[in-house]
Amino acid sequence: MRCVNSDEKTPVAFRLNGAEVRGHASSRMLLTDFLRNELGQTGTHVGCEHGVCGCCTVRIDGVAARACLTLAVQADGRSVDTVEGLAEHKDALDALQRAFRKHHALQCGFCTPGILMSFSDFLGRNPNPDDQEIQEVLGGHICRCTGYAGLMKAIREAAAELRGEAPAPAAEAS
Amino acid sequence: MKPAPFTYLRPDTVAEAVAALAEHGSGARVLAGGQSLVAMLNFRLVQPEALIDISRLEELKSIDLRDGAIEVGAAVTQSEFLNWPGLREHAPFIAKALPWVGHFQTRNRGTVCGSICHADPSSELPLCLALLDGEVVLRSSFGERRLKASEFQEGLLRTARQDDELVTAVRFPVGVGADGAAFREVARRHGDFAIVAIGAVASEAGCVRCAIGGVADTPICFEIGPDMPLSEVSDRVNRLAWELGGYDDIHASARYRRDLVRRIAPQLISEVRACAA
Repeated sequence: MRCVNSDEKTPVAFRLNGAEVRGHASSRMLLTDFLRNELGQTGTHVGCEHGVCGCCTVRIDGVAARACLTLAVQADGRSVDTVEGLAEHKDALDALQRAFRKHHALQCGFCTPGILMSFSDFLGRNPNPDDQEIQEVLGGHICRCTGYAGLMKAIREAAAELRGEAPAPAAEAS
Repeated sequence: MKPAPFTYLRPDTVAEAVAALAEHGSGARVLAGGQSLVAMLNFRLVQPEALIDISRLEELKSIDLRDGAIEVGAAVTQSEFLNWPGLREHAPFIAKALPWVGHFQTRNRGTVCGSICHADPSSELPLCLALLDGEVVLRSSFGERRLKASEFQEGLLRTARQDDELVTAVRFPVGVGADGAAFREVARRHGDFAIVAIGAVASEAGCVRCAIGGVADTPICFEIGPDMPLSEVSDRVNRLAWELGGYDDIHASARYRRDLVRRIAPQLISEVRACAA
């Protein structure tokens, strides 16, 4: 039985975006705080801290989940993916990110990492979703700037591109 | 918005989990998916001495057909149950209600049993258990017992689980609703807690069994006979809506809740009758 007393710190190690990472966490430390404060990976944002806003969504063992409703110690030995791992390298964007930029699917960008992580899981499971299915997943996020129309367009286009239907847009100068 | 300190225990077997519960009693909380519990920890609405994490227990990760029931282990997530190939055939009502449980992202971690143990009166899974007349399997160091939904569900966030008991599974009878099942929910956004949730299934001899969530402290069930004309059904639902009372909160007034019950329940009953006919 793994036991972490309330006053002790325990080693936590997992695969983050494909690379092994380790740090120390108290039993009550949330995965959000472990990612940001212990590992310095600040792409995962912290909004409501009770699972409603969706900003902190990451993938745990491939599956989209709220990092603020997960203890760091629960991620031990697992595989965690965050927005930092979506694109192949730091100057690149993946299909979802490209579509978000093209369709103005973000304004302030605070909620964006969570939405990207949700759809990176969902589009893998359902490559050809209808609007209602997209809306249902988007319903797990709160965005206060864009009004969601741009998000819908971007997600539809990214899904089509991932299915190989639309030609990948020409590389744009940033 | 951070939890108060607690001791984290991750047992390797159900027997160890039960022993840990026996030791810590009312000071312990069981952590499965954590989609309600960790939010409550963050708010410090609960401050347990010990958290017993059962989410990795392989013994609790199965969905089995056993003795006429679908037995769902305590570590099975809502998403796993929704994707279970037999769901539509064996539990047509749950197949309709389950997509309304939380969001895609919370169903990925939230468990079926956890939602039933949390016993929020506006949650869909306690409503499923009540409507389908399912059972809860509880284990302590003294043995195992099974409770009917009506025995288990005691009130707002209250169940008959004793402090030393672990809910290891819930059991839904196979095939209920095969002749007709309907579910409807009103919430501010899909995935939020229901203001009112109502389910109906065709039961024996042309009857329709209904359950209402979100109005009283537990899901409320009632049955409508095969010969009752629709006008009488409406009267009956109207009376029931008044009896249930309902409550005013930030999401809706009691009056609005009663109105929803009166409008939705007769529609669902008609739908189920039409399916069964």
